Amino acid sequence: MKFVDEFRNAELGRSVSQQIGALVDPTHHYKIMEVCGGHTHTIYRYGVSDLLPPNVELVHGPGCPVCVIPMGRIDDAIAVARTPNVIFTCFGDMMRVPGSSGTLLEAKAEGADVRMVYSPLDALRIAKQSPDREVVFFAVGFETTAPSTALTLMRARAEGIRNFFCFCNHVTIIPPLRALLESPDLRLDGFIGPGHVCTIVGARPFEFIPAEYGKPVVISGFEPLDMLYSVYMILRQLSDGRCEVENQYTRVVPYDGNPQAFRVLSEVFELRPHFEWRGLGFISQSGLKLSDAYRDFDAELRYTVPGVRIADPKACQCGEVLKGVIKPWECKVFGTACTPEHPIGTCMVSAEGACAAYYNFGRITREREAV
Amino acid sequence: MTPSVDAREREALEKIERVRNMPPRFRDEQITMAHGAGGRATASLIGGLFVPAFASASLALQDDAGRIQLDGLGLALTTDSFVVRPLRFPGGSIGELAVNGTVNDLAVAGARPAALTLSLVLEEGLSSDTLRAEVDAIARAAKAAGVEIIAGDTKVVERGHADGMYICTTGLGRIDPRAQLSPASIRPGDRVLVSGRIGDHGVAIMLARGEFDLDATIESDTRSLWPAVDALLDAAGSSLRCMRDATRGGVASVLNELARSSNVAMIVHEARVPVHPAVSGACELLGIDPMYVANEGKLVAVVAPDAAERALSALRAVRGCEDAAEIGEVREEPPGMVLVHTAFGGRRVMDLLVGDPLPRIC
Repeated sequence: MKFVDEFRNAELGRSVSQQIGALVDPTHHYKIMEVCGGHTHTIYRYGVSDLLPPNVELVHGPGCPVCVIPMGRIDDAIAVARTPNVIFTCFGDMMRVPGSSGTLLEAKAEGADVRMVYSPLDALRIAKQSPDREVVFFAVGFETTAPSTALTLMRARAEGIRNFFCFCNHVTIIPPLRALLESPDLRLDGFIGPGHVCTIVGARPFEFIPAEYGKPVVISGFEPLDMLYSVYMILRQLSDGRCEVENQYTRVVPYDGNPQAFRVLSEVFELRPHFEWRGLGFISQSGLKLSDAYRDFDAELRYTVPGVRIADPKACQCGEVLKGVIKPWECKVFGTACTPEHPIGTCMVSAEGACAAYYNFGRITREREAV
Repeated sequence: MTPSVDAREREALEKIERVRNMPPRFRDEQITMAHGAGGRATASLIGGLFVPAFASASLALQDDAGRIQLDGLGLALTTDSFVVRPLRFPGGSIGELAVNGTVNDLAVAGARPAALTLSLVLEEGLSSDTLRAEVDAIARAAKAAGVEIIAGDTKVVERGHADGMYICTTGLGRIDPRAQLSPASIRPGDRVLVSGRIGDHGVAIMLARGEFDLDATIESDTRSLWPAVDALLDAAGSSLRCMRDATRGGVASVLNELARSSNVAMIVHEARVPVHPAVSGACELLGIDPMYVANEGKLVAVVAPDAAERALSALRAVRGCEDAAEIGEVREEPPGMVLVHTAFGGRRVMDLLVGDPLPRIC
């Protein structure tokens, strides 16, 4: 594919890899967090870690929108899905995430009308095609996906559609990052910034990370070469003694973000006082709900849901794994009670979670270290 | 790293291996779509419920077809049900699939397909024209594959109980004397071949459902694999270790099954895997790996190293297999796993799917 293959070029990859090798201090163990789940996917899909020196470690951050939805919200979603006459629509990978008693996939098997969609507009189309049913869209995701939910709701309102509702679980990226940085046991050298979120919010909101916490940030694209080069840029900052926000993904990310998307977001959504994150607990002003102007579309007002907070399982140490304090295998339930088939914690839920990744790839990682 | 940490990590990894290698157990409370997806859940159903219940040595091998000796005659028997929506799609229809799918299960077991049975489950209200068209498709595909349909059955179910029609075919074939196939004969150093571009069928179906507004001309690859098997047996004879029909779950699932059953590692060089540009483009957009996408006319063959070149050129001479390629090799370590050397220069593990290949949100 043109304009994609160029960013997967093995020769260029080797060349950046060599430059990284020449830059690192062999006595220091570098820990760099990629914030976004999409980046984690790239790392595993292309084996990016194999092109890094053994003392440069990538730590997988909290930016997988599927993993961070807490159990209680999944239970609420299942309760809505089981409401008579409801067609419940959601993204594919949301269907396997466990609540306190089962997944949406299981609810579907038991008779709930759960359908996979690829965009909120698909859900709206279903609503238009089924005027005698109520169609609920399970909205999840960071600032990347929130504008498409917002535009869909604006269209629903403009067209006077009354049988379409949104169960809103959109979250914002900055508050969890701040929560992570506030943690006293955190040990990270820098951040790979979430390129797709930044197409909306820009690079500016990340300036507090170098300013207040003294860690470099490089906003990165999602091809393997993007990521490798972003690691190089972070290491370059460290070796130059610089600490700032840099934008590697200039072909897509404007430094000040997308003002039109901001307008849409602020019309349709407002901040919740706090929102619960799986593995991280409650974080202030980290979640979005529908604004008053859109309350007629709010599934949380329309349906009775349990709304019960389900504590993360006690033995689960996802929080520490996310902060890079412990490695996945150091968690007590890792690989025994908690496996990809029967995940307990957020990090095992999606294939991109740190624990699932280690479960599947740990062995070759070790092999590499042995070489 | 201090030795104690190292030892603890090793212990954790060994624990995972132990859990991984435990015989599959079927513990789910109900059937979900994942049990039909060809990944881990399917494996737990077969290994945890069916195989122990029926206690058959041939079934336990979990080959594409079962083998039986009758009065000294080696026969292969297999059965398959076809449920596909839409019934017709670019490059084929359910009728052709029903013939070719069963023919191919026989072929990769080294058996020349001889006869099929045909069971039809029809939904009340199905148009006769649709049925006629599928009967024609079945007849054409059977003729092309050189098999006779010698018995059948028809059931009609109430409206809403089948997507138009379901088809079940059972196939009988005679094991070719040239074939000495068994996953147990796979050795480190053996080469892995695929018979052409992968992922066409699954992507053609996904696009034909019209759920994505993607325009691409991708056709299903449904066809009989017997000519390909015939050519491989001629070229490689007893150096042909084993073949698999890479249907549901794709090439990735087939390689995982072989790696586990033969306790070897399968190494795949991603850059050598043939994929149609439109298929890789569609997979890219949907966040799906073509290695897990279904094929209906592609086989994976494991061949001894000295016969690999011969086998590959014989395969490429067969119509529909022009893009056949050697995509990897068998190694000793790490046993039971499939490792991909990515085109970018890294490595990754290609494991069994946990459930359906669900598109990713971002």
